[in-house]
Order: sequence, then C-alpha cells, then structure tokens
Amino acid sequence: MAGSAAIRETIAAPAGAGARRKLGDFVRVLRDNAFIVGLAETSDALTVLAGPDSSSPSRLRPALRALLCSNKADWEKFDEIFDAFWLGRGMKSATRMSGVLQKTPPGFDSTKSGDRPGNPDGAPDSVQRRPGGDDETNENSPGLREGASRSDSLAKADFRHLANPSDLAEAHAVAARLAKAMRVRLTRREQARRAGRRIDLRRTIHKSIAHGGTPMELVWRQRKNKPLRLVVLLDASGSMSVYSAVFLRFMHGILDTFREAEAFVFHTRLIHISPALRERDATRAVERMSILAQGVGGGTRIGESLGTFNRWHAKRAIHARTCVMIVSDGYDTGPAEQLGREMAALRRRCRRIAWLNPMIGWRDYAPEAAGMKAALPHVDLFAPAHNLESLQALEPYLARI
Amino acid sequence: MLMRHHIPRDRIADRLAAAGYIPDRDLATAVWLMEHLSRPLLLEGEAGVGKTEVALALARANDARLIRLQCYEGLDQNAALYEWNYQRQLLAIKARETHADAADVVEDHIFSEKFLLERPLLSSIRQPKSPVLLIDEVDRADEEFEAFLLELLSDFQVSIPELGTIRATTIPHVVLTSNGTRELSDALRRRCLYHYVDFPDVEREARIITARMPDIDVDLALQIARMVEAIRKEDLRKSPGVAETLDWAAALAGLGIDDLRAEPEVVFETMMCLIKTAEDKSRMTREVSDRLLGKVA
Repeated sequence: MAGSAAIRETIAAPAGAGARRKLGDFVRVLRDNAFIVGLAETSDALTVLAGPDSSSPSRLRPALRALLCSNKADWEKFDEIFDAFWLGRGMKSATRMSGVLQKTPPGFDSTKSGDRPGNPDGAPDSVQRRPGGDDETNENSPGLREGASRSDSLAKADFRHLANPSDLAEAHAVAARLAKAMRVRLTRREQARRAGRRIDLRRTIHKSIAHGGTPMELVWRQRKNKPLRLVVLLDASGSMSVYSAVFLRFMHGILDTFREAEAFVFHTRLIHISPALRERDATRAVERMSILAQGVGGGTRIGESLGTFNRWHAKRAIHARTCVMIVSDGYDTGPAEQLGREMAALRRRCRRIAWLNPMIGWRDYAPEAAGMKAALPHVDLFAPAHNLESLQALEPYLARI
Repeated sequence: MLMRHHIPRDRIADRLAAAGYIPDRDLATAVWLMEHLSRPLLLEGEAGVGKTEVALALARANDARLIRLQCYEGLDQNAALYEWNYQRQLLAIKARETHADAADVVEDHIFSEKFLLERPLLSSIRQPKSPVLLIDEVDRADEEFEAFLLELLSDFQVSIPELGTIRATTIPHVVLTSNGTRELSDALRRRCLYHYVDFPDVEREARIITARMPDIDVDLALQIARMVEAIRKEDLRKSPGVAETLDWAAALAGLGIDDLRAEPEVVFETMMCLIKTAEDKSRMTREVSDRLLGKVA
C-alpha cells in the first residue's frame, strides 16, 4: 500500500511529537466534520498509535474508527476522511470537508442533477399567489395601523404582508415567545394531572420500616406521563418562502424549549435540521438552518419526503405521544397517491397529525390541490397558520393530546 | 487499575468463531480495543443483525459469566443496581421485638449485606472473575438512567447510603446495544467504542449457517445466504435478520431440501420464516420469489 510507508514514517516513534501533531490535525478534521472527540479519546488514540496497529492502515483504520466514531453517520464518513488524511487519497474532498460546516446530512444524495435550479424538467410550484383583493397591503397600508393596538394588528396580519423589517423581526420574536409559553403551559398541565392510581407495595413496605413495620406512609404508583413530543415538518419550497422564515423561528423556539421535539424541512427532499436548531442563538440558528434548507427550486415532493421520513426517521422520532405537525400548502409535484399512502403510514404511527396550511387564512380558499385532497383524510387537525393568532390557537389543541 | 484477562489480538476472531459467532474483521479490532483501553463497546444496527450474540460469544470466548441487563422504559436503580430485601428486614425487626435490642443494633443488622439484593449492575462489579455485562437495548431506558449508567461506567463504584461505598473487585467487559429508537446522549456515545453491526455479507452469512448447523450442505448454505441477501434488497418493511436466516435454513434442512432451484414451491412456502408482516407478505408473491430464486441460485 502506497501510504503505509508514510504512516510508518510519521508515527514510528511511539507517540512522538510528530505523531501527536498529526493526530491532533486528524482530530481537528474529524471535529470539523461533526465528530464528537474529547481529550480522553485523543489520548487513547495516541495509545493505539503507539501500539503495533500503527504499522498498517488496514489495522489502524478499524481501531481508530471504533474509538473515534460515535454514531452511524460518523461511521459512514470515517473511511473517506481517514483515507484522505492519512493516505492522501481524495485530498480534495478532505480540504473541502475541513473547516466548512457540513451541509448535507448523511443519507441524502445532493448530487441529483435533476434538482438543479433552472432545470426545465422540475416544474416549479404552480401557486399563483392571488392578489388577495382588498387585503393586499404593503408597509404603508393602513391595515397595520388600524385596530385596537399595534400588537393586536400584528397578531392578525398575514405573514406575507409583513414587508417592514421591524414588523417582521417583531413577528419572529413573538413566534419564539409563543413557542416558549406553550412549552411552559403544556408541562404544568401535565404535572397537575399527576395523581396516584395504585399503591406501590414494595415502596410502602420500605417506608414502613422506619415505623417498625406499620404502613403509615402509603406510596402511590403512577404511570409516568410521557411529555408530548412535537415533530415538525416544514415545507420550504418556493411557494412557501414567505411563511417558512417565520416558521423556522417558531421551530427554533419550540426546539429550544421542548426537550422532545424534532424538526425537518422538505422541498424536493427531506432534511433533518434539529441539530442546527439546537444552537442557542436564534439568529445564528436560523441562518444555519436556512443554509441547510435552501431549496433547489424544483418543486415540492411532499409524498417522497414523507416516505423518506417514514422509512428512516419515524422509528426514532415518533413515539406514542407524538404530534406530527406538517406545515405546507399542499402543492405536491409528485403523484398524489404516493402522498396519500405515506400519510396513511404516518397516521398509523403517531398520535395526531396536524396540517397547518397558511392558505386556509386566505379568502375563498378550498383545499383543491390533488395532494392536499389525498392527505386530508389522514389529518386530525387542518388549521390555518398565516398569522400569529393562528399559531396561538394551536396551544389548546396540543394541550388536549 | 484492576487487571483483566486479555485474549491475544490475533486470536480474538478465532475465539469468537469457536464460541459460535463469526465476526467481521473490524469487530475483532473493536473487541481488542475494548479490552485494551477498558472502554465499553456500543453496538448499533438493525434489529436482527446479531448484536446481542456478540456479547454472548464474548462471554463464552472469555469463559466468563454473562450478566444481562435488559433495558426498558421506566427501568430504575432498584431494578438495575441494588435493592433492600424489605420483607426480610421486616421479619427481622418483628423477630427482634422481644429481645429489646438497642435501635442501632437492629439497624446495623437489617442494613447489612445479608439483606442486600444484588441487581445486575452491582453484581457485575462484585464477581471473582471479570464477567461480560450486557446492557441490552439501552435506548429503551430513560435518559435519567443513561446518565446514571455513565457514572457507573466511569467510576465502577457504587455508594449505598446505608452501607457505604462498594468498590469494584472486577471490571466487567461492558457491551451496550442500541436499536436506535431514541437518540443516545453524546456523553454516553463518547465514552464508548462504537461499532455499527451490518447484515453479514453472503460469505459470512453462509459461514454462520454452517457454524450453527454443521450438518448442512455447504452449497445449500451458500444458496440460502444469497437468497436472503436478495430478499434484503427488496423494499421490505422488516428485513429478515440472521436469526430468521437460521430458522429458514433449519426449516429447509428439516424438509430434506438440498437444492433450492429444484423446489421453488417449498422455498415460497417456507418464506414465512423470513417475512414477518402482512404488508411484506403481500409484496413477496410467488413471482417475486421465483425471480429472486432465478437470480441467485
């Protein structure tokens, strides 16, 4: 093997300064690729390098892989990074990977040429945003200034009419606050509901020992309430672009506070964005997320994205007390039957499906799109989500689940 | 540092094979590292790829006891670590009521080792010889339990308020398995060596079949392994695991089949050993079965 001599040369002296530096570089490259490697791992890796394994890459690779990987995604990336770094193969990819946040989550092939923008094949979302008659407002419109109070009108204003950056910022902040408030109330309701159903005999006897065996303190057993888990699937296609920004913010608020929440974005494919959303700083998180979520502008494949979700993420993301929230206008460029089938599969797994469609808030809207029609029979809640008020209205519904 | 008995690096694969598990090359490395660095080994992979088998084989290869902790939702310290034997304590109190002993004498008595019930985790650090501790399906336990586990796995000591600190006399070989029903914490992942267990390739699966069923024809084993691999490539809800392959091989061997091509009928009828959901069953029609059979056998 061409590179083995180089490796031997670099790390022949057990844990020499050269080896240490090289390993340090390697660990840095791994960290850039979202590996979690602590000091303890690095020092164990040095032990491995000092051992007999360092003599050949074919032995060193599995050893370091077992030590430095911590999940399947790492596991799949490791060989490529290892080869690039230690054997100088595919060096271009190593430099590409180093120092840049990884953009494509594992398992998603971003090289589909059909998804490129401007491809005549991928029909764009065919939503004609109807000029909404009299409610077509701009920042000078009286619409925002009328009403009892400014915040009240903000709550009622359709997100797509918030052209003024400061209004938009305020709407974002309110969305985040709303998410936090929902979390607090939902948890408190949970605790108030707690009351024992059955006597826990073992623990009652345990407590009674202090009283010489008389069971004075009864210990009750209660079923542990699983907190409600929210899984949000957000449509980030062109037709939804006005709304997705606010929703990203709302999702950040939810993920930041709900311990049990997962977020995905889809357009032509599905992207898991929870890791980006865990960033505490809202602006940075939303930025990272927008980079991840950047649509390739080739239509929306809702059915296909849901299929990906059902197949790869549902087992981990969904448990018995899960509400799946789909935020989309329902314009699917894929076949409607597929969407119906995937919705049925999803419905079997989770507690509730809420479909939020910003267009419900529009005047004269009827769910006419074929995809929307196919999905509706499986949806528990079909609600508008075009302004802050409609987001707020979700909370009582979630509390009841 | 407590010493553990190590199997030499080059012998690990052979020893595991002798114990009934045919490891791939990387797993042997991971097992060696696990002994060498005293870290737990986390095995992830689809259901049915043989994660639990690794621990069973490791115990046999080391000639060690296997202590198994099956995780489930709501698993707590009492079920995993230790518990006092309350019934016996009560009896002891009642029995001593007539003696008029001082209270602290009674207390010392009822909180002694005699009344302590060892659960798997405590038991695993108090063996004369290092056992293999299998923490199965750790993703089913709650997050609180995971944090507690992490503490035990790094300190290997347990403090019992009434009794004091119990230090490990042996460090167990720890194997954790996870099916990915919940995301494990980064801290636990970092603490462990990681190995992703995949479905075996055809050659390895055939070796597994012949290892478990020494009487089976080698060619038949190879045919079965190829067929199962082809079935796994179909778009099924539940891919058949290694245990299913073994069941199927046993069924075919029991029916006296020695060439799959000659008996497409039987192949299709015994497919229920591999296909476990109604949806998959409707997908795996006779035509599909024959097509796959034509391709592989």
